[in-house]
Amino acid sequence: MRLRFSGAGGGVVIALLLLIAFGAWRYDGFLGSYNILTVLRYNSMFALVGLGMCFVIMTGGIDLSVGSVAAMSSVVSAYASPYGWVAGLTAGVGAGVAAGSLNGFIISKMRILPFISSLAVMLAASGVGLLLANNQTVSASYASGFTALGQGNLLSAFKPEWVDGDNAGWLGVALGLLFNFPTPAWIALVAYIIGSVVLNQLAFGRHVLAVGGGEEASRLMGLPADRTVFLVYLVSGGFAGLAGVILAAQFGAGQPIEGIGWELFAIASVVVGGTLLTGGKGSVFATLAGVLLLGLIFTILNFENGMGWVSLSAYWQSVVRGAFLFVVVILQTRLTKSAPA
Amino acid sequence: MSVNVEQPAAQPLRAAAFAPGLAFRRFGALIALALLIALNLAITPHFASEQTLSVNLTQICTIVIVGVGMTLVIATGGIDLSVGALMAIAGALAPAFFTGKLFHGGNLYVNIAFSIVVPVAVAGLFGLFNGWLVSRFRIQPIIATLILFIAGRGIAQVWTNGDLQVFKAPQFQAIAIGRVLGVPFQVWIMLVIVVVAAWVLRRTVFGRQVLAIGGNPAAARLAGVPVSRVTCLVYVISGLCSGVAGLIVIAMNSAADANLIGMGMELDAIAAVAVGGTLLSGGKATIFGTLLGAMIIQLVRYTLLANGVPDAAALVAKAVLIVLAVWLQQQELT
Repeated sequence: MRLRFSGAGGGVVIALLLLIAFGAWRYDGFLGSYNILTVLRYNSMFALVGLGMCFVIMTGGIDLSVGSVAAMSSVVSAYASPYGWVAGLTAGVGAGVAAGSLNGFIISKMRILPFISSLAVMLAASGVGLLLANNQTVSASYASGFTALGQGNLLSAFKPEWVDGDNAGWLGVALGLLFNFPTPAWIALVAYIIGSVVLNQLAFGRHVLAVGGGEEASRLMGLPADRTVFLVYLVSGGFAGLAGVILAAQFGAGQPIEGIGWELFAIASVVVGGTLLTGGKGSVFATLAGVLLLGLIFTILNFENGMGWVSLSAYWQSVVRGAFLFVVVILQTRLTKSAPA
Repeated sequence: MSVNVEQPAAQPLRAAAFAPGLAFRRFGALIALALLIALNLAITPHFASEQTLSVNLTQICTIVIVGVGMTLVIATGGIDLSVGALMAIAGALAPAFFTGKLFHGGNLYVNIAFSIVVPVAVAGLFGLFNGWLVSRFRIQPIIATLILFIAGRGIAQVWTNGDLQVFKAPQFQAIAIGRVLGVPFQVWIMLVIVVVAAWVLRRTVFGRQVLAIGGNPAAARLAGVPVSRVTCLVYVISGLCSGVAGLIVIAMNSAADANLIGMGMELDAIAAVAVGGTLLSGGKATIFGTLLGAMIIQLVRYTLLANGVPDAAALVAKAVLIVLAVWLQQQELT
């Protein structure tokens, strides 16, 4: 049952633009730079996890471990943070890569289904995170500049005075967005650009899609299928680790019990972005649009409550997200109906 | 466990090696459980007591009940991620009935009957939704059930406004903590569900059809198996099992918390199914295996906790156990 589907990436971008247009029309301050930057800062963690998941899913696999790997990495990076932001970053990403490698080894060498392997790694990572952290949050160092990775704005040091002034005009607003662009959002943006180049320009990206299209066939064609599979889980673990670093930096502490449900949120983003779960096809930037789309639902809910007409509790957001996923999935099957199943 | 398989493989005589290998394949989970019990009798103080048995059995009841539904779903080559969320829905719904808030039947026992039947039926309806998506739209089970995994708990939270519902309803709570012949009633419920499901899977046409679909859906269709209907039905059964488990959880706690009921249950149930020897790609399933799988996982955890190992380390042990069990099963298949 191989489904063919084109234009999914376009669909999600249109949906995202419609949602933004709706928000801009309905709510004051929705397109204000404060709101935009807050949304980007908070969702950059999910964007990174989603990027790794996108690569995994394009090989036809799944990685359930990303949430707890991010939690474990946040603890590791918090411990390393007094030695500087480089140490914190390296340690967190390293912990994620280690967990991802273990996952990749179990899947590509022991030939255990990705679902089960990553489930086991999920349990193990959350156990290790809790053990390391002694069941508590671990304070990250503010003095070493580590927390700037999550809380800072990369270019703010170069910001001219007049940009934040009252009479700066549209140029001021545009430059304000640039200079106040959050560091974690820069990290996510760069990761997505690299991810897109890797997928579309490099041999590795071709291998990922080939393995997803048919693992046995790609192996017979002489492609390094096992190595490709191993690497995508390593990369996914690495991105989860990076998300963990940002988590620790943003909240000023390593959080061993965070990350619950992140994996499914990431999968939902990838699916909303039109990447096929059967593998073999996908788009990196559509995944980013998927992450922002699901993230914006939360923001819109907040603004709607702010209007005072209705009072929707925060619990509605998961209902709305589920409904959204439902609509997207149904639309996908409708659009693919014409192709031979 | 690993020692147990390596040994026969290392023997020079192939014919002699085959018989223990076969024995392990059929009774591997049972042997592992027996070894665990023997180990505990040797090292864990006060292990051989009624209390130990009772504690461990009540710990696995809901996992096994959900695991039975999950076994059937996995036997068709599917997966059900929504079980925990459906438990939350059933658990959040029930108190409105036995307190008579939503509907008053006039009599306490009528109310209790409603509070059992309606939530379980609602969970079954949500299961039908899963089955409808999988069988009608051919959506991959992991995605189809992801929808309710995300939305289901939200529905339960919206229903209760996220509040903890505390109640005292001994007649309702009897379904979990009442005792028959000294055994908690929830254990009886679990045993009945296990026995019935095992019988259905082995002896009925429906059971054969479930396995046929998991083995090869195209072939099953050509052989005249009503693939859509059977596929749909296993998700309904999984929903019903989740509903029952949700009720047991709130009856045990004498409180319903939509934020917590069934949290992480999907993974516990899948782990029990995998350790029990059901093939995760479908086509081969064992209900008793799931029971054994849940017992093994729980007993490993209990062994570690009873001997002073922290709970977080027990998580790591569980992870190793899952990978090892699935890997060993694959060695037997090749």
